[in-house]
Amino acid sequence: MSAAYDAIVIGGGHNGLVAAAYLARAGKRVLVLERRERVGGAALSEEVFPGFTFSVFSYVVSLLRTEIIRDLDLPRHGLHILPLESTLTPLPNGDYLAQWNDQDQNRRELARHSLRDAEAYDEFGRLMHQTARAVKPFLGMVPPDPASLRPRDLLGLARLGRHLRRLGAEQCHTLHKLLTMSSADYLDQWFETEALKATKAASGIIGTLLGPRSPGTAYVLLHHYMGEIDGVFRAWGFAKGGNGSVSAAIAGAARAFGAQIRTQAPVAQVLIENARATGVALESGEEIRASRVLSNADPRRTFLQLVGEQHLPADFTAAIRRFKFRGASAKVNLALGEAPNFTCLPGSGPHLRGAISISPSLDYLERAYDQAKSGEFSCRPYLDIIIPSMIDPAMAPPGKHVMSIFAQYAPYHLNGGWTDAQRAAFGDTVVDTLAEYAPNLKSAILHRQVVTPADIERMVGLSEGNIFQGELTLQQMFFLRPVPGWARYKTPIRRLYLCGAGTHPGGGVMGAAGRLAALTILREGA
Amino acid sequence: MLKTTPFHRRTAPLCASHAWRRWAGYVVASSYELTHEREYHAIRSSAALLDISPLYKYLVQGKDAARLLDRVVTRDVGRAQVGEVLYTAWCDAAGKVLDDGTIARLDGETFRLTCADPNLRWLEDNALGLDVAIGDVSERTAALALQGPASRAVLQQLADTDLGDLKYFRLTASQLRGIPVTISRTGYTGDLGFEIWLDAAHALAVWDALIEVGAAFGITPAGMLALDLARIEAGLMLMDVDYVSARKALVESEKSSPFELDLGWTVNLHKAHFVGQRALAAQARRGPEWQFVGIELEWEALERLYAEVGLAPRLPTTAWRASVPVYVEDDQVGYATSGGWSPLLKKYIALAHLRSQWAAPDTAVQMELTVAHRRRRAAARVVKKPFFNPERKRA
Repeated sequence: MSAAYDAIVIGGGHNGLVAAAYLARAGKRVLVLERRERVGGAALSEEVFPGFTFSVFSYVVSLLRTEIIRDLDLPRHGLHILPLESTLTPLPNGDYLAQWNDQDQNRRELARHSLRDAEAYDEFGRLMHQTARAVKPFLGMVPPDPASLRPRDLLGLARLGRHLRRLGAEQCHTLHKLLTMSSADYLDQWFETEALKATKAASGIIGTLLGPRSPGTAYVLLHHYMGEIDGVFRAWGFAKGGNGSVSAAIAGAARAFGAQIRTQAPVAQVLIENARATGVALESGEEIRASRVLSNADPRRTFLQLVGEQHLPADFTAAIRRFKFRGASAKVNLALGEAPNFTCLPGSGPHLRGAISISPSLDYLERAYDQAKSGEFSCRPYLDIIIPSMIDPAMAPPGKHVMSIFAQYAPYHLNGGWTDAQRAAFGDTVVDTLAEYAPNLKSAILHRQVVTPADIERMVGLSEGNIFQGELTLQQMFFLRPVPGWARYKTPIRRLYLCGAGTHPGGGVMGAAGRLAALTILREGA
Repeated sequence: MLKTTPFHRRTAPLCASHAWRRWAGYVVASSYELTHEREYHAIRSSAALLDISPLYKYLVQGKDAARLLDRVVTRDVGRAQVGEVLYTAWCDAAGKVLDDGTIARLDGETFRLTCADPNLRWLEDNALGLDVAIGDVSERTAALALQGPASRAVLQQLADTDLGDLKYFRLTASQLRGIPVTISRTGYTGDLGFEIWLDAAHALAVWDALIEVGAAFGITPAGMLALDLARIEAGLMLMDVDYVSARKALVESEKSSPFELDLGWTVNLHKAHFVGQRALAAQARRGPEWQFVGIELEWEALERLYAEVGLAPRLPTTAWRASVPVYVEDDQVGYATSGGWSPLLKKYIALAHLRSQWAAPDTAVQMELTVAHRRRRAAARVVKKPFFNPERKRA
């Protein structure tokens, strides 16, 4: 029977859309099936309250691969990345630490706290930049399996080996430290200002149930600098219209290449005949045939729900069960009648157009983690805040504002579970925490949306609410993601592929997984 | 936002051009007048007053102050006498230049280091186990350069010490109308000149006094554009323009050893251990792969290139800062990093990095030049630096 489509993509998250666009660009007949009424998955903009638009889940563009922006010509399809250039860390003593984009301004601000740190900052930046540059090609390659002797794996390993040999001693040592140390230990080697260390360390714990003193977190620091390598390209910032406009632009490109996208079309299962995927069955009972099926759902959902254990080898199923999710973060989206007024920097100013980080010290972050370890949410959580309406006023009615608060830790496995009362209590905790630095916050709030890991799982289907489709920890990266031996987008079911963040190189609205999955299929000569 | 120097209240109203530029996080005038021409000529013919406060300045004090500096820099600091100023480079462990600057021995145990980039952390990290205090006095120390043939006469009007005895690269404590300052016979112009170091609190008073007594001598506030031309004539290199600090280089090939920057004379391999010593010894044995030289474009060739398109030669009256290829026949043998038209010498000059085999004086080379939107090569030759070296500089 000839299939209606060359490929079906289950799930219209940004990676699914990227995969669809690349396949369609190569002339394939592609159908994207999205459960919800709108594509985007966790890169979604929604007018949650009348007049107030939110990036409900993910909220900045940082690692979106520049080759995807070019290949799919995303700016032509509406992608407009606006600059987000500073980070303000208000401090409990009424002072603050700001990191500015301008080197002179930044150096001067850091020198206010520590002359040594002001100097170390540039050197740290240079070394991280160089090391990130060295690691970056790994993000763009299908991971070779070091335990395999297949020619393609060997070739890939040889490429890697050559690449690593070219690293200078300094970068090589740095890379080893980053792979083994905690972000706190690593940053202690460089800086003495607590707020600086904590704010930098925070980027190593985002989305992960680990603290800044947990080994392995240092590596994630590097991801931050990978975004900066494309500094000239300016791929880092706030997508005008919210992160949904990233998805919309990719969907626009996919459609322009001829892909079809159906929303409100939830897939019930992958159709499998003779250990080979032949299409999908929708919840409505409709069956659609395709030569290949790509799943943008996370590995657990894909294999344990859409495929079913009966079709899979037992050891593979066991490995998928062991793949760690442990969502640790929540979002609080606020509609505000007025802008927040920070005690440390009263009134309006450029600091409101950048990120605001509640991360006064490493101890603060580690204490927040300590509570999460034992199943409580942090009573004083780490917060990463942006005020999108300050960057793109169209996000809110004139003079009013929307605020996006990323909050951690809010463990998925909360003692007693995420009830409505717990959700409200966490929302209160986040607002109380921020109000300590911006006292007008509470009276400015018009509406509040709290999105817990349980809500993320329910709304967009990310298991345990993990924003990366599985923790981005070293044991779940590169050729280990999601399962050793199955890190090349293929699965034990022939013609079934993974294309989401649960595969290499992981999440962060990169689009890399979707692209590499599509390229893998195209290389097979589909 | 950007810092202003202690002299800003005087320099701002003078800045008719509204042309400011950044220097180490400060704003300073590019030129005060609409063009920098008169300011340049003041450096060479009368006296120019330049605000150089943005320099980084550190006080290094204590029993081991000389030991610390000797551990860090390439020159022999321990042998410097009180009142002596040393120009020196300092390197990383691989013998690649991190920065260059001056060290003034204020007394037996006190030194002032000036440099282009912050170095506090580097100094502190090298001071482990030493009895020394390092203070960043960049902000509280204001600095002026008074440069030009009349500079001594102007300064002598105010100073209570005899400047006639102050030798090149020496320094003296003095008072200008009762305000304590140190005066060093140093500068970045290759001319007779002085630098005046003082507490920022007295900045305006000293500025006013100099302008007042200097008027009769033609004192002229001068900006960075004038200074840039003068320093090229003097063959003096500028970090971030003519070389990349090893601290900032992104690839190995961007780094330079002192020998490659014509600073071999500042490297004393025989003093006690210092950072980069072993690597520098090896470099000294090997000889430098590159050399930092002056080149001079040949006027007739230049004229011909322009004449071919019906133009008279066009000349860069403002110094340029870019990487410009230098060729011998069809091979690129190096690159020029700054250059311009010397109004005094009437020559188009440039500072260039050339592979050693092409770096000998009088070697014929060609520098790339854009003539009427087309890339051409102008004949040039390697010349000895400095391009301009008046006797009065040292006399």
